[in-house]
Order: sequence, then structure tokens, then C-alpha cells
Amino acid sequence: MGLLSDPNRRRALINLLTRLNAPICAVCYIAGVAWFMGLAFEPFTLRTYMSENAMGSTMVEERFPAGERALATGREFAAHKKRAGGMPVDWLVKTMQSRGLEVFTQKFSRTLPFPDENKERYMVKGTNVYGILRAPRAPRTEALVLTAPCSPGDDNNQAVGLLLGLAQYFRNQIYWAKDIIFLVNEHDLIGMQAWLEGYHHTNTTGIDWSPLQGRGGSIQAALSLELSSDIITSLDLVLEGLNGQLPNLDLANLFYAFCQKIGVTCTIQGKPCCPDHDADGNEASQRPTMGGPRAFFTCHHCWQVRTNDFSFINQILKLNNLLERLHQSYFFYLMPSLSHFVSIGYYMPAFGLLAVILLLRALDLWVQLATPPVRTEDGIADLEQSSPEVLSVLTPLVISHLTGAALYFFPIQFQATAVEHFPVSESEAVVLTAIAIYTAGLALPHNTHRLLSGEGVEQDWRVLKLIAVLYMAVLLGCTALINFSLGFILALTLVPMAAFITPHRPKVLSAFIMVILSPACTLLFLVFFFQDLQEIPVSFEDGWMLFLSVISQGILDHSLYGSLVYPLIALMVYPCWLLFWNILFWK
Amino acid sequence: MAEQRFRVYVCVRVGACVCMCLGLCVWVMCGCGRAHPKDDFQEELVIRPLQSGDVYASFQFRTLWETDFMKGNKVSHYRLFPKSLGQVISKFSVRELHISFTQGYWRTMQWGQPFMPSPPVTDHRFLRYATLPREIVCTENLTPWKKLLPCGSKAGLAVLMKSEKLFHSSFHSQAVHIRPVCQDSECTTTSWELRQTLNVVFDLHTSGQGKREWSLFKMFSRTLTEACPLASSSKIYIDITDNPQGEQFELTPATHLLSQAVVLGDRRTFSVYDLTEANTFGSMRSLNLLIRWKSSEGDMLRPLLHAERYVAGYGLQTGEIHTLMYNYHPFRSFPILLLDSVPWYLRLYIHTLTVTSKGKDNKPSYIHYQPSKDRVRPHLLEMLVQLPPNSVTEVTVQFERALLKWTEYTPDPNHGFYVGSSVISALVPSMVAMDTNNTKERPLFSSFFPCKEESSYFVRIYTEPLLVNLPTPDFSMPYNVICLTCTVVAVGYGSLYNLLTRSFQIEEPNPRLAKRIANVIRRLRGVPPLA
Repeated sequence: MGLLSDPNRRRALINLLTRLNAPICAVCYIAGVAWFMGLAFEPFTLRTYMSENAMGSTMVEERFPAGERALATGREFAAHKKRAGGMPVDWLVKTMQSRGLEVFTQKFSRTLPFPDENKERYMVKGTNVYGILRAPRAPRTEALVLTAPCSPGDDNNQAVGLLLGLAQYFRNQIYWAKDIIFLVNEHDLIGMQAWLEGYHHTNTTGIDWSPLQGRGGSIQAALSLELSSDIITSLDLVLEGLNGQLPNLDLANLFYAFCQKIGVTCTIQGKPCCPDHDADGNEASQRPTMGGPRAFFTCHHCWQVRTNDFSFINQILKLNNLLERLHQSYFFYLMPSLSHFVSIGYYMPAFGLLAVILLLRALDLWVQLATPPVRTEDGIADLEQSSPEVLSVLTPLVISHLTGAALYFFPIQFQATAVEHFPVSESEAVVLTAIAIYTAGLALPHNTHRLLSGEGVEQDWRVLKLIAVLYMAVLLGCTALINFSLGFILALTLVPMAAFITPHRPKVLSAFIMVILSPACTLLFLVFFFQDLQEIPVSFEDGWMLFLSVISQGILDHSLYGSLVYPLIALMVYPCWLLFWNILFWK
Repeated sequence: MAEQRFRVYVCVRVGACVCMCLGLCVWVMCGCGRAHPKDDFQEELVIRPLQSGDVYASFQFRTLWETDFMKGNKVSHYRLFPKSLGQVISKFSVRELHISFTQGYWRTMQWGQPFMPSPPVTDHRFLRYATLPREIVCTENLTPWKKLLPCGSKAGLAVLMKSEKLFHSSFHSQAVHIRPVCQDSECTTTSWELRQTLNVVFDLHTSGQGKREWSLFKMFSRTLTEACPLASSSKIYIDITDNPQGEQFELTPATHLLSQAVVLGDRRTFSVYDLTEANTFGSMRSLNLLIRWKSSEGDMLRPLLHAERYVAGYGLQTGEIHTLMYNYHPFRSFPILLLDSVPWYLRLYIHTLTVTSKGKDNKPSYIHYQPSKDRVRPHLLEMLVQLPPNSVTEVTVQFERALLKWTEYTPDPNHGFYVGSSVISALVPSMVAMDTNNTKERPLFSSFFPCKEESSYFVRIYTEPLLVNLPTPDFSMPYNVICLTCTVVAVGYGSLYNLLTRSFQIEEPNPRLAKRIANVIRRLRGVPPLA
């Protein structure tokens, strides 16, 4: 503190920071990226361990004797599904009832804001069927949920068969302490959303659902089954949540402990668990990969993982033993492999190093603004100067946010008009409108301040940049706290751009770099990058089509499930980026 | 075995003699007493095969004692009535006591109405009403309960109570009810009644291995060989109302003894087995009742009143309690009294209380609300609501979850906090009156007015208890907080203190080294130094 109360040393420190600003920023950036890369290196990460005592070693039976019968049920389900041309509701109800469950159905319907071309649906109507296994001598206060989505085509029939087989097996056991809900939901995520909203009697996304008749108390944990082949060679754990929410790490640990015990190849998000298991991982070609109900449960305060799993009675039994909700272990973590994890304390510094760059730039600008070139000693003159300054800073702020608002609202509002005037389908209209507004935003606002204040002042762009830099620091900081992956990717591209943009840089080159580093282009690159990681490289044209469908999915996810990525980009990140665009073209 | 039994007899005889003697003593000493107080013990078991394939067994043991614990009477001799309870009653002048230990939830929609309703997983007392929703009932509650019986678990129906079987069930509820009852129609004197009840529902799938076949041995792993010798009546009733011609299930050994009773507004027929008669046990000297289903068809009469409750919403800030009450009567509405006691840490927003049935506002005719006081008393909400026929009435009230002090959290706070079940008391129209089916043969004079028996009956039902999560701190937090506050105080206070106590002086700029040397030389020379 002596450092700051001593004006000399403070000045020395500030001088150092301003003089070495650019090199420090560069070092920070490299250090941040290196730190992040280091997280993949095993010695730098922690081994997973079980925090919840109740899920530790327990005496459980690990044989599931009715595997063959479950497969037969799966085949029967497939036949009935084909005959009914959708979910065989009556058959499911009858089968579940014969297995001694209390069976209920829920109808739901939802009209999408525009037709979804990937899944070919617009007016969605469906039925969820669920059966409750009442725990003997328990007062209906807690529940576990086991779900299997009823997918179109031949997918996932075995999962439903397994679900029903498990229901039968579990029904004959006495040791349940929590009700177990077996749910077969239609239209994957929409059905799941409808069921969860019905269960909690809330309506956040505007789905029409019929109220549920039977409940089982507060949901403690949920597992979702996906299985599309008769023979299992490997298990895959998928940890996903809306807006970057994750299930408690103990649920993943449980899966890992289980994998180790039975000695089956286990993968996480499709990647083999440990490097030396690579060979085994590759032979697991039957491993199904498809979209299913991801962790909506996380937003309803119940934790879920999705497993493509064959005999995980063990997991259910251990969840049954839970005395409390899962809370002991981490909620913020990254998993480089099944056996290792990175906790928030280890990964946040990587982002912190990137965010420091913005703060250093802000400090630099602040110092530059605070020591104006000696021009006048008169305070009154300064005051007079400050009023147009406010206006010239405020105008770009307002305009870029209005553009952002237009990007958020117009694509869906004006899809009908667009379809009338151009030969495109609704979903193309929405995506193309979004891209058009995005591009138009580049041309629109960057000379407005001249209309107001006549001549742009050297000081003004500094004030604007100071505000923009701080704005971006806060924005990225909040995003990274909630959803680290999104925050870090945005920071990687936006921070260098934000740090070094001034009106004095070569215009054409800078503009080109800025466009390359803009959120939309980042998304485009990520599409290619992701395909590369999946080892299914695509041509540019296919990649572009994928990019378009990703945008439409983003908009749909927002209106269907309340995903926050689209509004975040449209209302915050894009306007923030526009501010820097504005600075580049400051005159 | 026979010898042992004989010894028991002897003991009892001796006991009776002592009792007589004591009675005489009292008479002699006071000169105003009556003959020794009469006591009476009855036991019965009702078995109702349920449509779902489950089976419901209800034991009742009644001890009636013509004595008076009140008015300063010192009762010191006990015969059938358990002494441990009698002492409690006389010491604390208890008027009435009802305690029930229940594990599980009565599934009204599958099992119909129970003979004795009890709240799920609770221990409750009237007059002073309390519930303990987190308690677990186990064998250690059953053993003392069995000891209250005159025959213990040595003879009579109580031999069936093997704890490993009774707790291998879907529902288990044991209760003790003590109350004064009138001895005669004028009610000049009262006698004390002790009723011990035990209700169990055995599950088709877990206890019955999925076979629709039940026997006493399968249910209790015991058969009956005798009645309790102290019991004046010892009977088993099997509910055969749904099975008049034996088309649903088959009952062996058959009995011709039938009994009819109106239970909960419904006329039921029972097969009766009298254990005090030797021929009940047949040549095998043991009774093993066997119920074998013939078909799984047919449906059970739904109970007319059904209720359920749940918490809506998610997150840890607010929520909403929904109570649903179903009236399945096709044409009659009836009033119910809803009693809800909610702990103070759910802060009810009573202005959000709504009562709707059939989509319309249903104004309760009476509302009594006693607001909670933090850490002192819970919310108490009582409402008299009319349930329209064939409808669902929904009572909703929003609440906010309070943040407790950190010492107030129970162990395992992340499990959540229980809210006891709400109690719904109602006078439900009788099923007999509802019966519009004229195909049943009955005398013409009896069918003109459908209401023959009492037109309504009293029912008390309990909803599910709720498990509500409260915002729970991370309990390692105090350490973090201490670290953080110490750092902030040290840094903030330190620098402020530094600024306040420091004396500021204008510092002379340090002269350069060359100048200093020059000044030393100048001083030596006696010339004034350089500035």
C-alpha cells in the first residue's frame, strides 16, 4: 500500500506499465494460451475422486440377469414404433403397467418460431410416457429419473428395451429409498423440456403441456440412456448442460469408478479416457453418437449425466443411497479425460491472463486521458469541451446496441416478409436476415459522432475505447464464470483485437483482421475446427451450410429451451465488437 | 411347547387371584369401592385383497378397562391394560392420546381408503398436534409396541408379527390410540379404551414374487394355531365384497360365517374365522388362509376423496405449494377442512393464496390463518372449502425460502427440509347413497330412497410430506470468510492508518554527488555552499 500512497513510486509503476504495455500484453496473451494448453497435460491436473461418502463402496449386485429379455423388449418396442409411426403410447402404457409401475402420460405441443430444417419439424405434438416405481415405505419425497428418448427411425430402441427391463428388475427389489421415474420422451429435448416444466409446474419457454398426474417428490439425479446396438463394446459419458451448466462431478466420478470396476472401455464425449487406451477406443465403432436430451435437469436443479450404458444398476443403486443432493464435489470443472479433471481454480487463471490485457490497456488509456498534452491551464475550457465528448461517446454506444437489438429481434419478426420477397424457405430467411443485419452493422454507425460534434477529437476515441475495453472485460469475465468454454474462446479472438485497435492503424488490413476475429467468423472457424476434431473434414461449401444451420439452431435453442448464447452474442458481444469497429474508422 | 403354554395359563390365573385380593382389600379399606374393574381384550385381523394384487392386512387389538385414572384415583393394579401406559395417563392426566408410526405413503388411488388413516412417516398427537417427518420407523419401535399386548407375541394373532416380514412391505403403520369411551348409553361412567393397530400392505412384486397368491404363511411366515387365551374374541375377517360368487379369487379353507359392516360409507361383506373355536383350525391344528386369484380383471371403486401435494418451481429462492383435492363423486359436492402447518422458514405469501376448482375461483367459506413467528411457531392455515362434484380443487400459495442461521441447519442440510403433510378432514357422502345400480337384488321397500345407511361418513386423509431445499451455505465458508475479511481489514485498514499517521514533509531534492563533494570542499575553504 505504501506503493500507492507514495506518489513517486506510483508514478514509477505507472510509467513502467504504460511504457511496457504492449510487451506485457503480448506476454500475458501467450501465457494465457500456454496455461490453457497446459491443462491438457496430465501432471498439471487433478485425479478424480469421489467426494460423496454415500456413493462410496457399497455392497451391490452388479449382474443384470435380464439382458436378453431387455433386448427382446427393445425389438418389440421397435416393431410397435414402426406400426404406430411414432411413439407407441398405448403399448408403452400397457407394458409399464404390467411391470407394476404407476403409469401416466403427458401430452405437449409446441410451434417453433420457424421450421427446423435439420429435424424437419415445425408444429411439434407429442406424448411423454412415464412410469413411477414407488419406493416401498418411502413418503414420495425424493425421486431419481431414468430417461430414454424415443427417437425417430431405428435409433435408441435398445435403450427403451433396457429401460423397461430395468423397470421390471428394479420392481422386484425391496431396497429402494427413492421413487424411480422411468420416462420415455418423444421429440428428444422438447419432450424432456415439457416433462420437466410439467413436473415443476413452471412455464419458461411457452410449451403447451398437459399437467402431470403423478409425481415423486424432488428429483435428486437423472440418467439418460442412449443405446442403438445390441452389443456394447464401450461406454461413453456425455456431460452437457444448457448454458454451460454441468452436473456435479461426483456423477461423472461414479461413472468412472464403475468403468474401472467392470473393465469396459469408457470414453468421455467420444474421446478415449486415457492415451494408452487408444487402440481399444477405435474399435468401439458401434458407439452411438446422436443428439438426445442433454442436461436440462441442470437448470431445474437436479443433476444429470447421459450414459450410453448397459448395466449401470450400480449407479442407480448408489444414487439410491444418497442422503443429500449431490453437492459435495465440483460444479465448475473441465474434464480432459475421464480420470482427470481441472477445477475452476486451475482453469480460471488462463482466462485471467487474457482479461488482464484488457485491464492493462484500460489503465494505459486512463493514464493517457488523465495527463492531457499541456494545452490550457483553464478548467472552464475543459468543462466546455466535455459535453460534446459525452454525446460523441454515447452515440456509438446507443447505435451499436440498437443494431444488436435489431439482430436479436428482426430475423424472427420479419421472416414472413422475407419469404414473400425472396425465394427462400423460412429458416433460410431467418438465418440470412441475421447475417444481413450483422453485415449491415459494419457499414452503419461509424461516422455519427461527426454529425454531432463536427470534428472528432483525439480524446474522444480514447474515452470510447476505454469504455469499450472495460465493457468487454466485464462481459467476458461474466461469461467465463458461467460458461468457461464460451468465455475463453471469445476472449482468445476478441482480446487481441480489442487491445490493439486504434484509428491510426492501417485501415484496410485492420478491418480485415477485425472481420476475421469477429464473433461470426469465430463461429465459422469453430465449425470447421469441430469437424476436424471429429475426423470428418468438410469442404468449404458444406462447412458454410453447417454454419448456417448452426445459426438457425442457436436461434431455435434460444426460443425453445432458453439457451443464452444467441442473445448474448446479439445483444452484448456484437455491439461491443461494433464499438471497436467504430474506433477503427474514427476520423 | 404345550408345557410352556400351560405355564402361561398358571401365571395368568395367579395374576387374576391377586387382582381379586387387591380388589377386596380396597373394598375393605375404603368401604366405598366397587368390585374389581372389569377388563376385556379383543383381537382381530382384517385382510383385504386389493385389485392391484397387493394385500392389505390390518391388525386391531382392543383393551377395554372399566376404571378411572382421573379424579386422583391411584390405580396400581394392572391386568390386561399395560402398566407403562396407565402410569403415563394417570400421572399427566391425559385425556386422549394417539400416536402413530408410519413408514410409507398410503396409495389411495390403488389401495382405496385405509381403515385407519395415518400421516406418512410421522408421529402425531392430537390436542397437541405434532409431526416428525424425518423419523424412521423400524424394528425397535415394533418390539415395545408388541410388549403392550397382553399375550405379547407369544399367542394369538400377534404371533404373525415377525418384523422381517412386516418391514418387507410397501406400507407399514403402527399406532396406539387411547381414549375414554362410554360404558352405557347414558354415559354416566367411562372406561378406558386402548386400541393398538398395525396396518401393512404387502406388495405383489417384492413380497409375492409376482404371483397373485397369498397365504398367511407367505405374508407372515407363520400360521395360526390358537387365539390369545386372554382374548374374549379373536377373529380374522377377509373382505370378499368384490368377490361374492368367488369369481375374483378363491379362499381356502372356506367358511360359511359371513359378516356385513358399513365401512367408510361402503357396505362390505367379510368372511369370518373365529379363532376361539377349535374347528377353525381343522385337522391340521393350524390355520393357513390361502387367497388365490382367478383373474386380474375388474377395477376397484375409487375413493371419493383424494388429495396430493407438491412443490412447484425450481431454484432456491421462491416456490409454490400446490395442494390438489379430487372429488370423484358424480353429483354431490361436500365441504372439507384443510389444515396446513408450514414451518416458518418457508415464508408464505398469503396474499397469493388461490383456491380454484374447474377453472373458477372457489371462495373458501372460512379461512383461519395464523402467521408464523421466526423460530417460534409455524404458519397455520385452516380453510373450509366446498369441493364441487367430479372436480379437482387446487390450492396454491407461494413462498420464499428463508436463509437460516448457520447453526440452525440440520445434519445433511442438502437433503432438504421436510414440511409435514396437510390434513384434510371431510364428511364424504356415502357410497351406498351413490349406488344407482338397480340390478342388484334387494327388497323394493328399501330401494325407493337410496340413502339407507348413514348418508355421509367422516374421513381424514393426509397428503404427501414435502421435501424443500433451502439455500444452504457451503459450510467450509466461515474459514474462507475469515481469511477474506482478515485480508481486507489488514490491507484497507493498514493503508488508511498509514495515511492518517504519516507526517508529510516537503522533501529537499537530493543534491547530486558532484555538488555534494563541491560543497564539502567549499565548506573547508570557508566559502558559502552552492544552492
